[in-house]
Amino acid sequence: MDPEQGKNPATRPQARLSRNQDGTLGVRLLGEWKLGDTLPSEQEVGQEILGASGRGPVHLDCKDLGHWDSSLISFVRKLEVFLREKGLELEKTGLPQGAQRLLRLASAVPERKETRKLTGGKSLLFRMGQRAVDAWQGSYEVAGFLGELTLAMGRLIKGKARFRFSDLLLVMQRCGVEALPIVSLISFLVGLILAFVGAVQLRIFGAQIFVAALVGIGMVRVLGAIMTGIIMAGRTGAAFAAELGTMEVNEEIDALRTLGIPPVEFLVLPRLLGLSLMMPLLCAYADLLGILGGLTVGVAMLDLNVQEYLRMTQDSVKLSYFWIGLFHSLVFGVLVAFTGCLQGMRSGRSASAVGQAATSAVVRGIVSIIMATAVLTYLCELLGI
Amino acid sequence: MSMAYGDFVVQRDISFCLHKGEILVVMGGSGCGKSTLLKHMVGLRPPSGGKVIYWGEDFWSLDEEARARILRRVGVLYQSGALWSSMTLAENVALPLRELTNLGQEEIREMVSLKLALVGLAGFEEFYPSEISGGMRKRAGLARAMALDPEVLFFDEPSAGLDPVSARRLDELILELRDSLGATILVVTHELASIFTLAENSIFLDSEAKTMIAQGNPRELLAESTDPRVREFLTRGGSAQAGLCLGACPGDREGKEGR
Repeated sequence: MDPEQGKNPATRPQARLSRNQDGTLGVRLLGEWKLGDTLPSEQEVGQEILGASGRGPVHLDCKDLGHWDSSLISFVRKLEVFLREKGLELEKTGLPQGAQRLLRLASAVPERKETRKLTGGKSLLFRMGQRAVDAWQGSYEVAGFLGELTLAMGRLIKGKARFRFSDLLLVMQRCGVEALPIVSLISFLVGLILAFVGAVQLRIFGAQIFVAALVGIGMVRVLGAIMTGIIMAGRTGAAFAAELGTMEVNEEIDALRTLGIPPVEFLVLPRLLGLSLMMPLLCAYADLLGILGGLTVGVAMLDLNVQEYLRMTQDSVKLSYFWIGLFHSLVFGVLVAFTGCLQGMRSGRSASAVGQAATSAVVRGIVSIIMATAVLTYLCELLGI
Repeated sequence: MSMAYGDFVVQRDISFCLHKGEILVVMGGSGCGKSTLLKHMVGLRPPSGGKVIYWGEDFWSLDEEARARILRRVGVLYQSGALWSSMTLAENVALPLRELTNLGQEEIREMVSLKLALVGLAGFEEFYPSEISGGMRKRAGLARAMALDPEVLFFDEPSAGLDPVSARRLDELILELRDSLGATILVVTHELASIFTLAENSIFLDSEAKTMIAQGNPRELLAESTDPRVREFLTRGGSAQAGLCLGACPGDREGKEGR
């Protein structure tokens, strides 16, 4: 085991050519054969044997062989293959018994060629085609998942959905109360930043008071919902994907299926309901904290008084804005839960696949939030609200 | 050695010696602390009292680097194989070689192919653990455990979850590896067939007594032990199973030819 052993010339692994009295060639193996030591090259030894133009079979002589490990087996295997290609046989009876047994064991189960995978480079066209087919199949899966979810919702409305009420409460706790600290921090800071940025411009016109309107409308109508949505995508969407992905790896989802319990009903429904119910509440809370952030800047920097600021906010923020904001957050809650659960249920059965599912849930969750905002804003414009 | 989780004592006053080239089986009912014992021995968890001595060195009193040096001479096959799921079988076996030796790419490739061939998985290099059967995963786990030519091999429930034929083949592979590599092997199991096939020496842990209540060759224990707990375990609660196991075992493993 001492690494220094390999450096001693007397114990260095060596393979020397010898000629037996009957004209056959032999290879004397000497020294300590240890993993990591510089071993003789089977190519060189093989070439030497060919150059000596002796008769086969080539014998192995291990009388002076010291300790050995897999490196010896590896060398003999490679030398045997080399010699066989040149039409020479290698006689291994001179090897230690243990080594002979290992060689027999290594060749006991012949390699099944049909199992070997093609890992060579694939053409660009092939990869593009593969991507297109994958994307098409992916859209089928999304449609299938949506269909299952719709059916599950139908059963929920009929009161026949199978899930544990305690799971729903747990999800509500995790998505609601436990998310309050991070939602508080982010919303307060967003309100603060919005007021800062607005104040710089509005102060030029002596219109500082309109900071209250800017922050109020911005937060209540859309920003409160968007910020909450993004927080929940990163926090809860990823957690859903990782949780369901790990369940997929551990065959827990298969266990539900074989029991005849639809996993979408049992696992996805409580998560979707829990997050969708909590999102409007979190959004209302975020609106409040955002306004508080704006108020802090208004009072501390712009010399506005609290009553003045709140009155301006009250005058500028219509109740319909508040409902629009809540509706946004409800949609975001559904989207985040949907993408999180979908990615988790589609996850592969490896640790990295679970990681990919979680990443994908966050990215797709945020993209869908932004896209939904664009669509909803356009619809509000069309409806004149 | 004593083992405990907090105030809960699992086993106390366990003392045994694993001799070079020997196969020792740690047996006992579920929950008696067999796997915990293994964790103490392979450096995953320090025991609550006592010592684990490797080649004259008190393992848990050494610093981390010295412990890692000892662990390089040890291989472990986990109950589920514990293969890294995001790596192919070849990458699984190659990782210890790549990280802990100075072998070149070509040598590592050759060594991986040798180790997989030894466990009958030649040609499965590019497969991921999720694409092969449970028995194959165990054998691949064994190939990884053997990657660095360890002097001591630990097996945690090697035949658990396998069909009888696969379990038998794995047992035979363990014997063959011991005989050809001259490795020292500790097996944790409660499978009677494996116990009678593999063990030359064994220790019996009991969850009630919270200590080791028997030691020796399980065949001799079956024939001679008067302890009802040991007899009940080895006769599968008094059934004919033990006799079946004994009859199915290779009777003669003489003429071991190591290095």
